[in-house]
Amino acid sequence: MTNEALQYVISDWFPEPEAVKLQFTQEGTQFLTVSIEADNLHELMWLLKHNKETCFDYLFCLTGVDWGKELGVVYHLESTVHRHIVVVKVNTTDRDTPCFDTVSDIWPTAEFHEREVYDFFGIQFHNHPNLKKLFLPEEWEGFPLRKDYADDVNMIVK
Amino acid sequence: METAILKSPFKSEEYFVNMGPQHPATHGVLRLLLTIDGEVIKKVEPDLGYIHRSIEKMCERDSYQQIIHLTDRLDYLSAHINNEAVCLAVENALELEVPERVKVIRTILDELTRIASHCLWWGVMGMDVGALTTYFYGFRDRELINDIFEETCGARLTMNYNVPGGLRHDIHPNFVKRVKDFVAHFKTKLPEYDRLLTGNIIFQKRTKGVGVLSKEDAIAYGASGPVGRGSGYSCDVRIHHPYSALHKVNFNEALQTAGDAFARYQVRIQEMWESLSIIEQLIDDIPEGAIQVATDAVIKLPKGEFYQKVETARGELGVFIISTGTKNPYRLKLRSPGLSNLSLLNHITVGSKIGDLVAAMATLDLVIPDIDR
Amino acid sequence: MNIPLNISGPLHNWLFAILPPAAAGIFEMVIMALVYLAIFAVAGLFLVLLERKVAAWFQLRLGPNRVGYFGLMQTMADALKLVSKELTGTEKADKFLYNLAPYFVIITALMALAVIPFSSGFQAFDINIGVFFIIALSSIGVIGILLAGWSSNNKFAMIGAMRSGVQTISYELSVGLSLLTMILLTGTPQLSGIVEVQKNGWLIVQGHIPALIAFMIYMIAGTAETNRAPFDLVEAESELGAGFHTEYSGMKFAYFFLAEFINMFIIAAVAVTVFFGAWLSPFGITESIPWLGVFWFLAKTLAIVFLMMWFRWTFPRLRVDQLLKLEWKYLLPLNLMNIVLMALIVWLNLTIQF
Repeated sequence: MTNEALQYVISDWFPEPEAVKLQFTQEGTQFLTVSIEADNLHELMWLLKHNKETCFDYLFCLTGVDWGKELGVVYHLESTVHRHIVVVKVNTTDRDTPCFDTVSDIWPTAEFHEREVYDFFGIQFHNHPNLKKLFLPEEWEGFPLRKDYADDVNMIVK
Repeated sequence: METAILKSPFKSEEYFVNMGPQHPATHGVLRLLLTIDGEVIKKVEPDLGYIHRSIEKMCERDSYQQIIHLTDRLDYLSAHINNEAVCLAVENALELEVPERVKVIRTILDELTRIASHCLWWGVMGMDVGALTTYFYGFRDRELINDIFEETCGARLTMNYNVPGGLRHDIHPNFVKRVKDFVAHFKTKLPEYDRLLTGNIIFQKRTKGVGVLSKEDAIAYGASGPVGRGSGYSCDVRIHHPYSALHKVNFNEALQTAGDAFARYQVRIQEMWESLSIIEQLIDDIPEGAIQVATDAVIKLPKGEFYQKVETARGELGVFIISTGTKNPYRLKLRSPGLSNLSLLNHITVGSKIGDLVAAMATLDLVIPDIDR
Repeated sequence: MNIPLNISGPLHNWLFAILPPAAAGIFEMVIMALVYLAIFAVAGLFLVLLERKVAAWFQLRLGPNRVGYFGLMQTMADALKLVSKELTGTEKADKFLYNLAPYFVIITALMALAVIPFSSGFQAFDINIGVFFIIALSSIGVIGILLAGWSSNNKFAMIGAMRSGVQTISYELSVGLSLLTMILLTGTPQLSGIVEVQKNGWLIVQGHIPALIAFMIYMIAGTAETNRAPFDLVEAESELGAGFHTEYSGMKFAYFFLAEFINMFIIAAVAVTVFFGAWLSPFGITESIPWLGVFWFLAKTLAIVFLMMWFRWTFPRLRVDQLLKLEWKYLLPLNLMNIVLMALIVWLNLTIQF
């Protein structure tokens, strides 16, 4: 499916794109990028996986990003049937208790990747089956991959 | 509760066993927290981070040329392919077209890396199921590849031979001859591998029907590489998203449908044959030409997001670069095949014996620095 | 005090001539014990070296070749190192059992050595129930392993010990029954008697088909008895670290290690005694030179030891349920049928005699 067709199908699911902040862009990236409000993330993801036309059954990358003001997660999805790729982005301005819905019920692989994001960005995931630190020790303070993380001992800043 | 105890005169209790971080079967500092009942595994919970170096954070500080050195330390058995992933991502972002010579040499070295990695895996696989001799056979052949790498790249393990825009320097004059010698040698040795291990009845009993992963689960758990292909899931990045000189060669994707440990084993053996065939197709006519296109001394990527996936010996490695137009990436995510492959370990081993866990884990072929990035 | 010590008649006579009988008996036993301890130590060290050399040969390596000529002193150096090492242990180990366990293993191995007929007359203890004595001793050895695993307060050691218990109890049956098959042929469990019978042809020839089956079962079960690959689940290093002896170090570890090799030697020696004519030379070619018996005995034993090493360095390891399945579903029924077959052959006089 081409990116235009994908965009058409996805925007069909949400009659009021402004209400859910559904946005499409292809600027500065090789894939179609969809961004959406955090509340509607799970719905969109569920449809992307289970809709016959899109059928994004392979979540190949899940990235936490600190955008400065906002914290976000970027999902890279591929369909093993149609071989098209889409990128889903979700952001939040709440830096103290950022929280998104988990997608680990849709793609089990997300379980570990979400735990990694939780480790390094402090982003919580609703309904995650086992949300605890994966790489860092339990008592670790701070979220190392955030831009404002400071560690005078271990980090060499140039 | 009391009645339950009365009914069964032999009350059995679950207990926890720490497998690792120093355990021979975890091949590095992976810690598995096993819940077992006698010999039967109830739950496997990986505990990671013993060698986490936060390479992704270090990348945000470094220039693109420096990042390549860090990727060696991910999956050190596919060092060359990891380097290539970053180089390809940078080249795509800069819209650089590298010379054909570079592409062909990169692909040949990729496949040599893959064979070397699978040789090591094969040796260790045998050792994990108790056949110690395979280790030395695998290493014997891997050493020959390391020698080739040493001659051309100057390093045996962490090559750093790729730079954005090409190769660091030209191949050694002996390269073609040595690779041809190796291919001829290895073609006689691969059947030896089969004679020693594949056909062994105990080995087949230990691996067939062990750690079964269905195709649907393989996709859902994000399995890639031989783990996915052992379940009949066509996931070879080299086929679906070809890079470098892969569009010039014909090869088959090694696919098995059984989804058990033995299927994954066969996929890797088959992949070694395919890699040999790819090398044979390319080695005779490496095009002449430059080995580099000039880039700026300080590489600045345009603003945007760039994703590049390559097929390492373990599966799909993704490099996701978010650039703001400066000389450092704003965020660089490395999608390692190991973490996804590890995440399905619990799924495929619950209910089996400790010995099965070891056999199943050996066919996942985990490299811990790849998981603890 | 009437234990026949046939090794050296002259020594026996001389001791009894110069000392009172009680003192002479004790003195003689001490000398015997020292002789066998020496054999034990030398055999153990030699077998370890042999194993390393054989392994190296299988694995395209050189093996030990630095200490002494051809690496001959390597195991001696290792033994010295082990003696000088600190004895560590876990804090909460059951100290008494923990320290006792290695001796169980080593003493049973040493005792079994006493009944092996190295040559005519070179046998410390020619008991009339020789074969049963060996079977009984080999099942005491496992108590040592169980104790070691249980008392070291380590979960891996514990799993290893439990596996060992399950394995030895099962394979004991096969070892016993396959030897019993051969006793049907010889009519005596006394080892010297078994050798005597073989002067008319080695038992593997005399008993032909059932003897061959019994030998195969014996080799499989014997390898399992000694906990060696492909039955080394007890110490399965890729699964359990080191299994039951995880928490042992220094000389206590060395006892387990030595006992494993001595047990392998004993299994091979019993196989040679029961199936391959012990110290008898093939076709009686050196009948006139009796002291060559030792040479033939050791040559045959080492050939079988080599076979067991060959198993170890080529086969993968079985899983615990497969191990039990092999014994209870295949070897045991086969063994029982084989006994009936052997009984028939003996009854109908179908044995091959020279």
